[in-house]
Amino acid sequence: MADNILEVRHLKKYFNTPRGMLHAVDDVSFTIGYGKTLGVVGESGCGKSTTGRSILRLVEPTSGEVIFEGKDITKLSKREMKAMRKDMQIIFQDPFSSLDPRNTINQTLTETITANKILTNKAEVEDRVLELMETVGLAERLINTYPHELDGGRRQRIGIARALAMNPKFIVCDEPVSALDVSIQAQILNLLDELQDKLNLSYIFITHDLAVVNHFADEIAVMYLGQVVEKAPTEELFNHTLHPYTQALLSAIPIPEILDERPQILLQGEITSPINPPNECRFAKRCPHVCEECRKGAPPLREVSPGHFVACCKV
Amino acid sequence: MNNNTTEPRQLRKVSQKYTRQSQIAMVMHNLAKNKGAMAGLAIIVLLALVAIFADFLFDYEAEVAAVRLDRSLIAPCLQYPCGTDDLGRNILACIVHGARYSLSVGLIATLMGLIAGVFFGAIAGYYGGVLEDVIMRCNDILSSIPAILMGIVIVSAMGVSLPNLMLAIGITSVPQFVRITRASVLTVRNQEYIEALKATGLSEARIIGLHVLPNCLSPIIVQITLRIGSAVIAASSLSFLGLGVPAPAPEWGAMLSMGRQFIRTASYMTIFPGMAILITVLAFNLLGDGLRDALDPKLKK
Repeated sequence: MADNILEVRHLKKYFNTPRGMLHAVDDVSFTIGYGKTLGVVGESGCGKSTTGRSILRLVEPTSGEVIFEGKDITKLSKREMKAMRKDMQIIFQDPFSSLDPRNTINQTLTETITANKILTNKAEVEDRVLELMETVGLAERLINTYPHELDGGRRQRIGIARALAMNPKFIVCDEPVSALDVSIQAQILNLLDELQDKLNLSYIFITHDLAVVNHFADEIAVMYLGQVVEKAPTEELFNHTLHPYTQALLSAIPIPEILDERPQILLQGEITSPINPPNECRFAKRCPHVCEECRKGAPPLREVSPGHFVACCKV
Repeated sequence: MNNNTTEPRQLRKVSQKYTRQSQIAMVMHNLAKNKGAMAGLAIIVLLALVAIFADFLFDYEAEVAAVRLDRSLIAPCLQYPCGTDDLGRNILACIVHGARYSLSVGLIATLMGLIAGVFFGAIAGYYGGVLEDVIMRCNDILSSIPAILMGIVIVSAMGVSLPNLMLAIGITSVPQFVRITRASVLTVRNQEYIEALKATGLSEARIIGLHVLPNCLSPIIVQITLRIGSAVIAASSLSFLGLGVPAPAPEWGAMLSMGRQFIRTASYMTIFPGMAILITVLAFNLLGDGLRDALDPKLKK
């Protein structure tokens, strides 16, 4: 068996819009090891969520390969995919819209457990529901409550319990904490961290909050307009930032200090439209170091030091 | 790792204290606070009881079907609270027996519209694309045909009868249900919980049936109650024109039509059946409005 639980190769997802092809995800490749976390960061609309959903085939990728434990899942039939879904789950951003308002916690979890016939015996299912609730830290008395009766943190715990219900090996966390306030964020992050250790889970952690991935991810991929512009182990990325976009992102992290003397990099200029983007570096319009070469074609992602990839002609 | 064979663990059970509060109970609780809706519900229950037990209240043969010219056109009095018509039939008895026609046409026609409308509306809303375009354009064509015209077409093609009347009104009810179902399915289908269900590998039929439609239920239920009201009116209108229930049957619209010639001398012949229609439709509308509020699961108590 390969060392990596997931390998994504040249994943592309284009949407057909009235004004042309929208390149939501354009040639993205990465790998994730067993029990590891890949953080995916980038601004709103850069294709982070679409990447996560394409991997699970919640949106069908336009092209590319998603190799999960040695199998290319983009070529699986509906039935094979259904069996595969047990191993790969997703946690959503908005805990308010990710739960069916007409189902209680019990109904939501029971349905997930029985959907793939993991357990069929009624008593066993009930036991499993209680076990899951305990795992994610929900009190038993909440078992028959409806989502609207619970706060955001508890709802998000239900979302996590639902993802865990099938004993997955891999979870796409699509901004799981960005809709929560900071104290709850910490709780949920700690929970995800504990679960990773306990169940040897692998995560893709999609977020726009660099402080979160800094603590959480083993490796970070920075996305800009559908492409990965820089990818490196977390420490390396924070210490030796190479791509101008990543530098701008990192300089935007607030630091609790009054006399903060760091230079802020403010990006100027218009964002390139993702619809039929020109064949040049996608960051060229906003890059402070733009030159002739940037306009000649999109720079490829290349390895500048072991494990550190960057797509910029200046580096 | 612990490889010892452990004893079968005692399975945990949910404590009995934490029983689920059913959503129907919650809806009824909310509904009970709305006086108008409760009045509507009371009238509907009363009408239903009257329709069911019509034979115990008034003998059909003696009071409704028999022609008794010896007591024709008696103004409302103690013995005949709504008077008698030109053929000597007891108008109250006719209204009571007529409730059967009106309510059954209203219910069955709406049910036909509901089943067909929700089916096509859900498909159009959930799958979208060409399928949606085809369904919605056919729906537009159907909705451009007025109920009366549809009644005339079906009745002249298939003859005057109660089932044909139901069919005509049922078909004209379809477009409303298609539109309402599609619109609410559109708001639900892109919610993240539907995506989460797809990620668990649930079949699409189950997702639509168990999750999409239940979340679209409120507008559909409201539409049902409102639609029954308009179906009652449509049935009466068609009967008024002679396209509904065949002649001697005491359908409310047909009674109106018969009373029309006597409207100056014996206005009670039209007033009471007209009132019956009005009260029935009003009751369903009141209930529909109340349900609209009561069905919102997020309603603050």
